[in-house]
Parts: sequence; C-alpha cells; structure tokens
Amino acid sequence: MGVKLLLDKANVPGIRTYDVYRREGGYTAVEKALKEMNPETIVEEVKKSGLRGRGGAGFPAGMKWSFIAKPEGVPRHLVCNADESEPGTFKDRYLMEFLPHLLLEGLIIASFALGSHDTYIYIRGEYAWIPDILEEAINEAKANGWLGKNILGTGFDCNIHVQRGAGAYICGEETALIESLEGRRGNPRIKPPFPAIQGLWMRPTVVNNVETLAAVVPIIKMGGDEYAKIGVGKSTGTKLISACGNINKPGVYEIDMTVSVEDFIYSEEYCGGIKGGKQLKACIPGGSSVPILPANLLLKTAKGETRYMNYESLSDGGFATGSMMGSGGFIVLDEDQCIVKNTLTLARFYRHESCGQCSPCREGTGWMEKILMKIEQGKGEMSDIDLLWDIQRKIEGNTICPLGDAASWPVAAAIRHFRDEFEWHVNNPELSQTSNFGLQHYADPIHVPA
Amino acid sequence: MGMQFNETQMTEFKRLVARYPEGKQKSALLPALHLAQESFDGWLSTETMDYIASLLSIEPIEVYEVASFYSMYNLKPVGKFVFEVCQTGPCMVSGSDNIIDYIKQTLDIKPGETTKDGVFTLKLVECLGACGYAPMMQVGKIYKEHLTKEKVDVIIAEYRQLAASKN
Amino acid sequence: MSEQILFKVTIDNITIEVPAGTTILQAARLVGGQVAPPAMCYYSKLQGSGGKCRTCLVEVSKGSEKDPRPMPKLVASCRTTVMDGMEVKNITSEKVVDARAGVVEFLLLNHPLDCPICDQAGECHLQDLSFEHGKADTRYEFQRRTFKKHDLGKNIQLHMTRCILCYRCVFTADQLTNKRVHGILDRGDHSEIATHIEKSLDNEFIGNVIDVCPVGALTDKTFRFKNRVWFLKPMDAHRDCPTCAGRVTLWNRGDEVYRVTARKDQWGEIEDSPDGKTGWICNTCRFDKKETTDWIIEGPREISRQSVIAQGHYAGKIGTTKPHETFEAVNGGRQPHLLMDIHDESEVNKPSVHLGQIHGPSHGDTFNNTNKA
Repeated sequence: MGVKLLLDKANVPGIRTYDVYRREGGYTAVEKALKEMNPETIVEEVKKSGLRGRGGAGFPAGMKWSFIAKPEGVPRHLVCNADESEPGTFKDRYLMEFLPHLLLEGLIIASFALGSHDTYIYIRGEYAWIPDILEEAINEAKANGWLGKNILGTGFDCNIHVQRGAGAYICGEETALIESLEGRRGNPRIKPPFPAIQGLWMRPTVVNNVETLAAVVPIIKMGGDEYAKIGVGKSTGTKLISACGNINKPGVYEIDMTVSVEDFIYSEEYCGGIKGGKQLKACIPGGSSVPILPANLLLKTAKGETRYMNYESLSDGGFATGSMMGSGGFIVLDEDQCIVKNTLTLARFYRHESCGQCSPCREGTGWMEKILMKIEQGKGEMSDIDLLWDIQRKIEGNTICPLGDAASWPVAAAIRHFRDEFEWHVNNPELSQTSNFGLQHYADPIHVPA
Repeated sequence: MGMQFNETQMTEFKRLVARYPEGKQKSALLPALHLAQESFDGWLSTETMDYIASLLSIEPIEVYEVASFYSMYNLKPVGKFVFEVCQTGPCMVSGSDNIIDYIKQTLDIKPGETTKDGVFTLKLVECLGACGYAPMMQVGKIYKEHLTKEKVDVIIAEYRQLAASKN
Repeated sequence: MSEQILFKVTIDNITIEVPAGTTILQAARLVGGQVAPPAMCYYSKLQGSGGKCRTCLVEVSKGSEKDPRPMPKLVASCRTTVMDGMEVKNITSEKVVDARAGVVEFLLLNHPLDCPICDQAGECHLQDLSFEHGKADTRYEFQRRTFKKHDLGKNIQLHMTRCILCYRCVFTADQLTNKRVHGILDRGDHSEIATHIEKSLDNEFIGNVIDVCPVGALTDKTFRFKNRVWFLKPMDAHRDCPTCAGRVTLWNRGDEVYRVTARKDQWGEIEDSPDGKTGWICNTCRFDKKETTDWIIEGPREISRQSVIAQGHYAGKIGTTKPHETFEAVNGGRQPHLLMDIHDESEVNKPSVHLGQIHGPSHGDTFNNTNKA
C-alpha cells in the first residue's frame, strides 16, 4: 500500500460535511498556517516540498507563488482551476465531490500566502451539481469562522466564490480561464504579461489546479521537507491518477509515484488488469493530449528499464519513446481498439474545443480531423499519413496557447508508434471497415541495443 | 416581450453579481446566462440575451459573443430533456458508439434533433470528465453513467413519466 | 523625465537601436524591406491587436545581453518587445520560413480564392502574403467552409468566407465607436463576424472597418463591382469635414470618384496627418462625397506596397519591383538626364489638368524631334 495524503479519509462516512471533516483532523493545517506561519514561510514550505502543478504542465507551485507581483494598493487574487476537461481526467471532480473541505482548506492557506481576499473557484459548467456541494461547504466553513472577516483573529479576511463555466475545454488554460471569469469568450491571452503580473481584472493572480491546492494541506501539516521525501526525484508527494478505458477497475487512485506502470495496470490495488482478460495494446498515460504509447514502450523504457508512474520515468526517452505525466488521466486501450479511430475522436475533440483565435489551431485541427476520418473510413492514401505528420508539425509550437500542442501530440505519437496500423487502413479499405488491425506486435518485447 | 426574472430568480441574480468587485459586474455573465437558461425554457432567445445585457449594463453583442462561444448554452429551443452523450476517446473505447446508436434508434431522432413530442433532444458532446464511468451522458444537471442498453431504456421511461407528470 | 532608454537589437544581421518597449515587428519595420515580417492581424493603431494570425512569427536566437538563451519557440514579433542585445532571425531562419509557409497554407485552407470577383483583389494583404510566402498548390481536398449570408446595412458588404478572423474590425468598433454591434460569434473553425440579429453597422466611424480589413471580407458597398482598383488613379484630397480630419485618398477614373478611403502608409495602415490628427475618416467622407467638386485635390497618391496597384502607372515613384538594369544599360549608354520628361510634351498625366482641356496627345514626331541624343 502506498502512502495516501489526499484520499486517506475519502472513505470516512460523512467526510463531505464539516463536522466529520473537522473531527478527522480537518482545518488543523489552516490553524497552523495562519497562527504559526506567515505568507513567506508558507511559500517557502511549498517550495521545499517540490510540489509540481497537478493540472498538466507540472510547473513548481512554490515558484509560481513567488512570482506574484505585489504592487501597493492593488488587490491580488487566487483562482482555483477546476475546469478539468482533459479527456481521461476526472480526479478533481472526485476531490471536490467527496472532499470539498480539503480543497477549501488548501484554498484558505494559499489565499493567506498570496494575500487574496476574494478567491474564485472556476469549475467546468458540466459539473453542475458540484457548485452546490462546494457552496454548502463554504457556508459551513464560514459559519465556523474559517472564512469571512478576521479569520482566527489574525485580521485576515477571505471569501471564496464558485463560478461555473459553460462548456469550453480551452478555459482550462489559465488566461482563457481568467477571460471567462471576466465574462468574456474563453480566448487565451497573449503572454507576456503573465497572470502573476496582470491576471484577473488586470490584477496579480495565481491560478492553481484543484489537486495542487489540496496538496498544500499535507505539506503544511507535515512540512515541505517531509513531503519531499515521499516519491522519487523531482516527483515528490502523491499524485491522483484517474484510470479509465478497458480496465477492470476504473477510478481515481492516489499513488506515491514509486509504483511501476505494470503494477498500476495489473495489481488488484489499482486498475486490476485488462477487462475481459484481453491484452494491453496501448495507453495514453497522462490525459488525451500526451503521446500514446504501445504496450511494450509503456511498461519498459527504450533502455529496457521498468517504467514508473512519475514525471521523470513517464517522459523518459522524450517524445520519441516516452510520454508525459500530464494531468494523470490514464487511458488504457485493449487489443480490440483501433488506434486510428481513437486518434480521430481526439482530433475531433480538439477541433471542437479550439477557440478559433489563431490560424494554425483554428484551421489545422479541422484539417487533421478530416484526413483522419478519411483514413478511418478506408478512403485514405499513403500520402495522407505524411500530410497529417506535416500538419501537426506546423501547428505544434506555433499557436498562442498549448491547445495547438495538445492537438498535435496525439496525432504525432499515433503515427510515430502505430504507422503500420494507419498503412493497413490505407491498404485494406474494405477490411478496415469490418475488422480490426488488432494487437499485432505492439506488446512484443522491444529490442534493446546492448 | 416582457421576459423577466421573478423575485426568486432576481435575488439569485443579485447574489451572483455581488461576488465581483464593483464595476466588474460583467464577470457575472456566465452564471447569469445559466440562470436565464434554467428560468426560460432551457434556451437563450435573443430577447433573453438582450435582457441579461441590460441587467449587466453591457452591449447585447457582448452577450451574443459569449453565449455562442460556450457549448452549454442553447441558442435554439430544445426538448424538455436533453440527452448529451459523450463520444470522446475514453467513452468511445468503452462502447459509446453503441449507446448513441441505440438512443437514436429508440427515440427515432438524429443528433441535434428533438422528438416530435418535444420531450427529448439528443446531443453528442465531447468529454464530460466521467471517463472512468463510461459510457455516460448528461441529462440536465445529472450524470448518467455506466450506460447499457437496459439502463438507457430505464432512463427514457423515467423521463417520459416525468414529462407526463409535468404536463 | 529621464532620458529615453535605447535597446540594441539585431534582426537578420542588421543592428539598430530602438526605444525600450518597442516590439520586434516595429523595430523590423524601421529596418524595412524584407526584414519586416508580414502582419495580417496586428495593426499598430488598434490597441490589443496582434498575436493571432501567426504570420509574423520570428526566431529569437538570443534573448538579450543579460540572458542570452534563445527563446524555445518562435514568437509573435508583433507582441514581443525587444530586449537589449536581442538577436532575431526573420527571413534568415529556416524555421520561420517553414512555419510561415504553414500559416499561409492554414489561412488559405478555407479561403474561397474568389479573387477574380473580389473587390479587394489588387490591394489584398492575403494575396501579397501568399505571393511572397506561400506555395502555388493546395494540399486541401475537402469542401471549403461556407457561412450564412449576413447583411450589415447599406454601406458595408460582409463576405464571411473570405475572413481570416484578424479581429481588427472588432477592435476598430470598440475603439472608434461608442457602441459595438458586431463581434465574433461561435467558436473554433466556425467563428464568424456577425451581429447575431440582422443589424446594420451605421456608426459615423464604422466605415473604417473596411480600411482595416486585410482581405475582402469587409468591402465598400458603394464601390462594389464598380471597378478594379488597379484601373483607378489614387489621388490625395481633403475637405473641411466637421466630423473627421477629412484627409483621404480618392480613387478616380477620369473625372469620376469611384471610392474614397483613408490614406494608408506602406504597411497598409491608416496614415495620421502631419499635424498629429488621426487619419480615420467618417462615413460621410467615405460613402457620400463622391464628386470631385466635394474635394480639394492635392495630387497623385504614392502607392508603395500593394502588389498589383503598385504595378500601375501614375506617379513617378510607385512600384514594389525595382528594375534590375540601369537606365544606361537599357538605353545603350545614354544618360537618364537625356531622356524626355513626358510632362514636357503632354498634359495627359498631369492630374491637375482636366482631360477635356488638353488639345491632343503627343505624336511620334514630337518624340523624335525632342529625343535627339
């Protein structure tokens, strides 16, 4: 059993309510932070913990906090990014639904550290029932003196507001989120200036993921150094993984980043193996935008070493033979899945979610979708595969925000690792409509050069 | 004409606006549109959007721009219940295609259409963040997860009954 | 006030000094020529514009003297300010040339290429861009995007299929008028310029959206299908206008004023008057004053940038392509000063003279007699 810091109390009956949460030791981190610490020492602890942003980019959270500008007389804001929309990712929903007070506790500490008196939770619009849960929790916290004016007699005032989005993946990008919070279209801003200088209403702003903020609670409780001892290398602490696809036990798991990918998929503690006793074909380990890996490269790195569920190991080999931890959305595909079709649904997703502001993403995502559809329907030509490759290459890195990259990477990785499946579709137009390329060699042991 | 929030809705609207600093009332636009959609038959007419614009003291075009950007706002009338079925990767590998086909067949409508009796609208949507509980769909505020054909039958019957009792 | 801080920046191996806060694009424009990256959405006179079209991407091979690390990605030169000691590669970077060709392809993907019937043809920035940075063929084989027709009133014609979503017209309405009625609706590849409900654009300054539009998406209805721009003679003119500065370019054929636009500089942007007055013009000047008698004509307008018009034949200094050969080479060693000035012989090209008052054109005899050398 791995260490659990976030979900350790998830199964306590009634943990969603203030009374139970408090009885189980809740809000002691707020007490410690507000009474025994000051904003600087809190930021210092978070820095020491090595906590990396859990939204996908993995940027060190303490560092992000230290960047916030503090001009005289200008209010600052903390915004919680709960716009979880990356296909395969549903961990924040779990946290908010079952442990709302844990998030609030993290938010109060972070608000205190950053000097935010009005903190906003921006939650994706489709999670329509969760704002009610959060607001209920906020009211409870307020009634018990953890929010509002002069919290714990420290003179610190803080209010937390919940705002619902309305269906736009792009609002998970922090500047698009800010735009949306200001009542506008979710068009990402051109950076610089970064939100830490000019964010919400042009005021200094920090945007953090739900899980990142929840992780602040154990960091304050145990201290940054202790937290950093959990995990391995720069992957400190624990990470929530939302596992889905063709596995026996889909769900949200907390791992301490020392578990191997193989154990994660096959052990009873986690995914419990592939559904129906089938074989593993491929996996997208960190949310749909990160590169897909065939079974052989997923379980072992190109060097033949065991691959682990952490930031470094998952990205071992770069994009050529590795992938990314991303947001922790772990999508497993069995031997019956068609990679071309899967890539097509992802391309459609990114086309649908492109804000349309910059030309490579607006035009390129739709083009890729059309070509993939053509190949999937058995009408493709060999040159289409190269064309796809060229299009994704021209989108990647050339757009305003990372959605362009997110749309390119799945296509690139699918062609890189599963090119023969694409070619099979081109060469067998009729067959590809009735049958499946199957597992083929994708699970075969890889040859490791001595 | 005369589309207006009733007293309860107006109280809620004022609560939404109060979350933001003075002069930043435009920030309440998204929640205000949600409230309007819930209050006025599940969709946003031009009249409704103009009303929201006047309440927030912004130009109507600012409302149209926002309302047309986000996929959850309906700019055309919809049925009493909207089935929004997820079709993205993780749901697809878990068999969402079969569920979609089954709903199409059972309700005899294509995606984007409403049944003749005006009860159901079928919409295909992208990832709703319930990948571990796939295949799934959203009906109003509720997620219906782990869908099977049998489950879809039950859901349809349940909402038919609800629609009948409302009339 | 302290002295202005100057930053040294090197673009395509040419070093210049610019005030701190200058963008890479503005610095490159100071160098001029091909060093200036193309810009389809950036418009220096519209706050907040730029960053969207991605045609002006450049490579920053050295961040600054202090932090010489190169920037990891290509950056939009219109929205990136220079740092002291920065080194930028525009046309000298293979990455930039490649990415730009990609952007041109993306912009043309759904563009109808209806240039033969488009009023913007000849002064279209997308034409110029494709000519300079694009490829002759398209690799797109699918049906191009179309939109529902949308009427914007009696003066402005909208062709949404031609739009490249630069947002310039939205910024124009925001910054020049007190009430914006058009905007960007929908999202992604279905975003469109529209008013949602049929509304005419009729603010006194809204006509300027036609001038800022880089393509033929917004054109002048009073000029629609009347003529091709390269057949017209651009003349600088002004009038005493109560609403705007009244400094315009008239586009004439013979005596007839076909259309009126604001004066534009070599980057295709509105030119402010020397006394600092804004160059934006009002609707009355643009749409209603179509008689030569409405205007005081200053003389022929120098057109230095737009491709096809610049091939024209009006004032002495126009043309983007400079002749490669010298006068001497072409004329068998004869010196330029020995050539005849056609204005000595004929009044035809003198704009101030009414054609009807000219007795007759020059004849071969006249030429032979004068050109003795």
